[in-house]
Amino acid sequence: MSEKKFSKKHEWVSLEGDIATVGITKHATEMLGDIVFVEVPDAGKSLEKEGQAAVVESTKAASDVYSPISGEVTEGNKAIADDPGSVNGDPEGASWFFKLKIKDKGELDSLMSKDEYEKFCKENPN
Amino acid sequence: MGVQKTALYDLHKSLGAKFVPFAGYEMPIQYKDGIVKEHISTRTHAGFFDVSHMGQFFLEGDETLVDALEKIIPSDLKSLKINHSKYSFLLNDSGGIIDDLIVTKTNKGFSIILNAACKENDIKHISKFLGKTHKYFLNNDLSLIALQGPKSVEILEKLIPGVSELKFMSGNNFSYESESLYITRSGYTGEDGFEISISNKKVKNLIDFLMKNEVKPIGLGARDTLRLEAGLCLYGHDLNEKINPVEANLKWAIAKKRKEVGGFNGWSKIKDLLTNGSEKIRVGIKPEGKVIARENTKIFSSNGEEIGFVTSGTFGPSVNRPVAMGYIKSEFSEIGTSIQLEVRGKKYEGKVSELPFYKKSYVK
Repeated sequence: MSEKKFSKKHEWVSLEGDIATVGITKHATEMLGDIVFVEVPDAGKSLEKEGQAAVVESTKAASDVYSPISGEVTEGNKAIADDPGSVNGDPEGASWFFKLKIKDKGELDSLMSKDEYEKFCKENPN
Repeated sequence: MGVQKTALYDLHKSLGAKFVPFAGYEMPIQYKDGIVKEHISTRTHAGFFDVSHMGQFFLEGDETLVDALEKIIPSDLKSLKINHSKYSFLLNDSGGIIDDLIVTKTNKGFSIILNAACKENDIKHISKFLGKTHKYFLNNDLSLIALQGPKSVEILEKLIPGVSELKFMSGNNFSYESESLYITRSGYTGEDGFEISISNKKVKNLIDFLMKNEVKPIGLGARDTLRLEAGLCLYGHDLNEKINPVEANLKWAIAKKRKEVGGFNGWSKIKDLLTNGSEKIRVGIKPEGKVIARENTKIFSSNGEEIGFVTSGTFGPSVNRPVAMGYIKSEFSEIGTSIQLEVRGKKYEGKVSELPFYKKSYVK
């Protein structure tokens, strides 16, 4: 898998061939608190870069998850929909949200590296 | 008026609290452990809540005071014994709920705990009904700490002997570090527990003792999930000035004698509703699956007719499912009725449910 890239909306994406895996960052889960509901997109759904893709709810509030890249969903992670609390445990690993077949690898260029993302989070604590 | 802070603000900060503005105060919504752990530790051990933003309102006066208060509070205050408390409301002319409150008979008159967001307005309203001989004041020198959970009694008894003898919804004066403090056995979580009225000077010492006994600090977030599991209303969400106690399914809180004799604001309206029923009523709601139906979620009948709306909804950590409350047309209010909840444009199945979702263990 490629190195992770990060969005300003606190999603991460990693690439294997033309299949991207997308999830939310550790920083996002820390801001959200205890996650109690997750809705992931079904396979076949077409997603636009920065378009609404999934829903995550904590005890406090509901938030949208956006796709950091365009493509067609190949799989939503049913395991996190069944056990939303698991997202707090391993958000950047087993608790990915969806995989999609991407159209344009070039879209990744506008995303941040891990270092850039960490700096972004420090500068934008909320 | 700027943002207000309670006497424990610095302590909350040192405990890693995340703050939110609430009713003009900076209040902790959660600490490091997070809402779910705070919720569970309250249910299994004990937690403390800084609720010093709430109004501690005192009334003093002769026997005419009770007549004045009974015009706006539908409790049987005349029969209320000293140190006994009742859950009740302030009512407007049409029977709408201006605030919900706990009123306690004291040896000088009454004390009332008011919601933080309502307290200034409440006092204006109450004062209109008082006579010249009646004294009233909001005591801002006092903090209010709720200690809630099954271990509360064992822990507080060690510090303040005698509290274990209090029955639910009663209180007394106790002495602590050469000060008098007032403790009631009550709360807002569905657990056994106490509310401790203590001077701003001494409150830190009390908290130090509680924390040495592994009582965790609990924020407003878990306070909300705990009260919702317990089926308790939150003013400004489940209750407001346009809702009356019959609609709110709180007619039990109007004294039997007062229902018959009346003599309080909005009685003619309330009397009519008690006889004929109300058009809508507050119910518990269990969404199917994991979807959370939050405030303002529209409720539909199984035929697709819009029949109500959600006023509070969250995930209940102890019942391990989403729970909600809302108002629904009375003909759909029977427990077990199938309903649909519109969340993000999609309809999800749900059922009208009994309240509370979580069974309480008060000491009677």
